[in-house]
Amino acid sequence: MDLQQFLIIGAILFFIGLFGSFTKKNTIVVLMCIELMFNAVNLTAVAMSRYLVPYSTGNDSSIVDSILTGQIFSIFIITIAAAEIAIGLAIVIVLVRNYKSVFISDVKELKH
Amino acid sequence: MINELGTWFIFFSPLLAFVLIGVFVWPFIGKKSKLSGYITIFAITCSTILSFWALGSVIHNGQAIEIDSHNWVKIENIEINVGIMLDELTAIMLVVVSSVSLLVQIYSTGYMKNDGGYSRYFMYMSLFTASMIGLILASNLIQMFVFWELVGASSYLLIGFWFNKPAAAAAAKKAFIITRLGDFGFLLAILYLFFNSGSFLANGLNPFEVADINNAIALGVISSSVAGWVAIGMFAGAMGKSAQFPFHTWLPDAMEGPTPVSALIHAATMVAAGIFLVARFFPLFEASKEAMMVVALVGGITAIFAASIGLVQNDIKRVLAYSTISQLGYMMLALGVGAYSAAIFHLFTHAFFKALLFLTAGSVSHSVGGTFDMRYMGGLKRLMPWTYGAVMIGGLSLAGIFPMAGFWSKDEILNHAWHSSSVVSDVVFWIAIIAAFLTAFYMFRAIFMTFEGEYKGGAKSDPGMDVLEETTPHESPKVMIIPLILLSIATVTVGWLVNPLTNIGSIPIHWFADFIHVGEGHDKVLAFNKVLAVIASLIGVSGILLAYLIYVSKFRVLDRLPVKTNEIYKILISKYYFDEFYEDVITRHVFYSRFATYLDAIDKSFIDGIVRTVDRIGRNIGRLIAQIQTGQLQGYGVVTSFGVLLLFGIYLIFR
Repeated sequence: MDLQQFLIIGAILFFIGLFGSFTKKNTIVVLMCIELMFNAVNLTAVAMSRYLVPYSTGNDSSIVDSILTGQIFSIFIITIAAAEIAIGLAIVIVLVRNYKSVFISDVKELKH
Repeated sequence: MINELGTWFIFFSPLLAFVLIGVFVWPFIGKKSKLSGYITIFAITCSTILSFWALGSVIHNGQAIEIDSHNWVKIENIEINVGIMLDELTAIMLVVVSSVSLLVQIYSTGYMKNDGGYSRYFMYMSLFTASMIGLILASNLIQMFVFWELVGASSYLLIGFWFNKPAAAAAAKKAFIITRLGDFGFLLAILYLFFNSGSFLANGLNPFEVADINNAIALGVISSSVAGWVAIGMFAGAMGKSAQFPFHTWLPDAMEGPTPVSALIHAATMVAAGIFLVARFFPLFEASKEAMMVVALVGGITAIFAASIGLVQNDIKRVLAYSTISQLGYMMLALGVGAYSAAIFHLFTHAFFKALLFLTAGSVSHSVGGTFDMRYMGGLKRLMPWTYGAVMIGGLSLAGIFPMAGFWSKDEILNHAWHSSSVVSDVVFWIAIIAAFLTAFYMFRAIFMTFEGEYKGGAKSDPGMDVLEETTPHESPKVMIIPLILLSIATVTVGWLVNPLTNIGSIPIHWFADFIHVGEGHDKVLAFNKVLAVIASLIGVSGILLAYLIYVSKFRVLDRLPVKTNEIYKILISKYYFDEFYEDVITRHVFYSRFATYLDAIDKSFIDGIVRTVDRIGRNIGRLIAQIQTGQLQGYGVVTSFGVLLLFGIYLIFR
């Protein structure tokens, strides 16, 4: 398997997520689509790191540090995505409480 | 020999007094603090001493003292400097302004004693004196213009000193606006010089330096037509400031200010500024026959015109105001016929006797309860002997009677007008003779109405005043009488002392005329003309006699003649309807209903149209764009994403 395939999969996942988050009415589905985009980014980051960053060539610790950049990034993203989904679900609960609906099209407050 | 610092201090000393009173005394010590008067008097005493020193230095030096000027602004290659021009004219003017101002300030401490704005008064007076001294010292046209306007601004403050009196506020506004009309001409003259600066610079001259402008004529740098236009522009400024016909209407109204202010304005500061300006640029005026003709004619018309109005005024200060206008006309006509030294000599003597007359008018008003209307005075001769003596000396001087100061200077002017051979000078000579007769008549009419006959009740009888209690006329306090005595002494002596007929001690014959000269060759010193002097004196005496016959003797001509219904009387008492002409015809009909109406129409249709169109375009675009804002987050997301993709695509293609 080479890098290109990972990137294509990542791009497909990202655009599915993007499409979903723009078209779905249900806020929970939108949140799921956003999650999908996060994972596409994670996949791309890890693949890039794995294929493009040079391997360690011995005891040079500075290179070892840089090797795992992508992987560490993806861990950060997963963490932040978890926090984000917590906030997102909280927003959904507030929406339901105020609008009696989970449909994103019912929320037009930004117009005013 | 006075140095540069000392000369600057003549100007800075009253300016510092202004700042000191304005910043410390007025806000912190008190609005009626006696301290402000002392500060002003001290500052102007310093100025006076330094002015005499400056005059002494110039006399000793025998010519103008050279003082380097300092660079202020540089526009491309035109330098605007700030400096001092200390020549004979400056030295004489400094002495006149500072000494008259000093006496007026001393008098003011008595006159303004009970006024609520005591500190403010002295603050403005200091500024007024400082700006006039600054104007006199200026070596640069721009610098001069700054002080010229400052004189106007401070006169505004002083004329409108009692600003809660509507008449005073209106008079201040009038003085400011009418002098500003003239200043517009002055400004145009400066601009005209600026546009002609090329020929100045090519000859190494500075187009704004006073000395260079005057030299430019002698060197032939500018043609006489350019000189003529610049001179006419400056003369317009001088006409405004010196209340020359037809800009004279502000000066009588300026009587609304406190009387010492009137004395200062009329004697030494404001109105002298116009004469000073013409005198300062005299070579420029002389280069153009037309400019000289305009000056002479305007001066002549003003002299006789104002004198004729003075004949019928009932307000003692207004009589004096018209006499000032008339005397300023005299000075202008003297300048116009080329009698430079005679004009300055008359300015010099006039400063003393006119200050004297105004201060006596203030003293009279002070004693009769505040009115200036002569119809309610009378019989003050015995009650106010000192004031009476002073006003007699001042009046005789104004009428041109030997040996008062006015006699010598008026005679000098008449002599010059007689000797210069042109049609204009012949015309203005006869105008001056008639004006001399009228002057003698109206001045003594005023004196007789005020001091002879019986007392008619003062302010209480004046329906225009809202005074209920009876005031008994009394002589004014010492602080007001002493300046009167000093000015009287000056009025009696300065005429023959500074321009004597023979050598008096160390004063050589015709000292003043020799001292004040401009360039070489022109303005020759004329010998004293005995015949002319006798004729002029006889004319003055006959004016006085006529006034005596009409107003004092039992032979009351006026009561038998239907004077009050006379058409001429009506025209004179209405001041030739000039105020009405300006207010109704020019302001209301020409300005408001024509000019302003058209401008208003243009403003409403064209300018407002542009504004409204721009507004409409913006609003419509806004309305269109607003439709994009749906509040749907997902729509925004789509647009943003496609935008990013589009930009990225453009980047990829045009990389």
